[in-house]
Amino acid sequence: MSAKIEYKQKEIRVYLSGEIDHHSASLIRASIDDAIIHKKPSLLIMDFGEVSFMDSSGIGLVMGRYKLMKTVHGRIRVENLSPSAYKVMVLAGLERLGEIKQKEVV
Amino acid sequence: MNCTNEMRLIMDSKSINEGFSRVAVASFIACLDPNIEELTDIKTAVSEAVTNAIVHGYKEKEGKIYITVSLFENNIIRIKVRDKGVGIKDIEKAMEPLFTTAGSERAGLGFAVMESFMDKVRVSSKPDCGTTVCLEKKIWGKRI
Repeated sequence: MSAKIEYKQKEIRVYLSGEIDHHSASLIRASIDDAIIHKKPSLLIMDFGEVSFMDSSGIGLVMGRYKLMKTVHGRIRVENLSPSAYKVMVLAGLERLGEIKQKEVV
Repeated sequence: MNCTNEMRLIMDSKSINEGFSRVAVASFIACLDPNIEELTDIKTAVSEAVTNAIVHGYKEKEGKIYITVSLFENNIIRIKVRDKGVGIKDIEKAMEPLFTTAGSERAGLGFAVMESFMDKVRVSSKPDCGTTVCLEKKIWGKRI
């Protein structure tokens, strides 16, 4: 998996792609955290549009970033989730931490 | 129930094998013609069980993970994921949603995900001997 990070004023947008599991999540966590710590954004958007597989490690990835964003007084938004990834996120009750959006059906 | 087909897989408890194990199981059950949702559910549940074996069973140290996939006559699949790691002292507690011993990056939802994506989840464990997670699901395929 990979994470492409884009900055826009007080926003950070992370485009995640590939498979998110315990192995891959540990590889990209640090680069997202570095960006948050240095830029102190008011909003972190995690875009799951190109994620082909996700297990509960995806929940940990979002929860961990949510906690870090709280320390810089920012919010989090999760976008473009596939139906199954959305199912996992809702199971975890992540909609209470931030906005969780499914991929729009074209 | 008569088993019609079976496969066994032994692999090192390395996190890089998580992807391989779920794809291997999904490939094996492809002969039952599952739909995409069923395949994703099974891959996710296998990923959770294997991750548990690596993170909790073996505490990220070396060990072997044993996976058996059995197919039965009525399109029921049974997947067993076994490790010879530290075992679980209190299975009920370990299966509680949000309970985790692995720190803030683990959501503590592995068993909750397995239970919501599979029909049956059974866990047997003995401290210092290891843990076996048994997952069952009926495949409906395109009949739904």
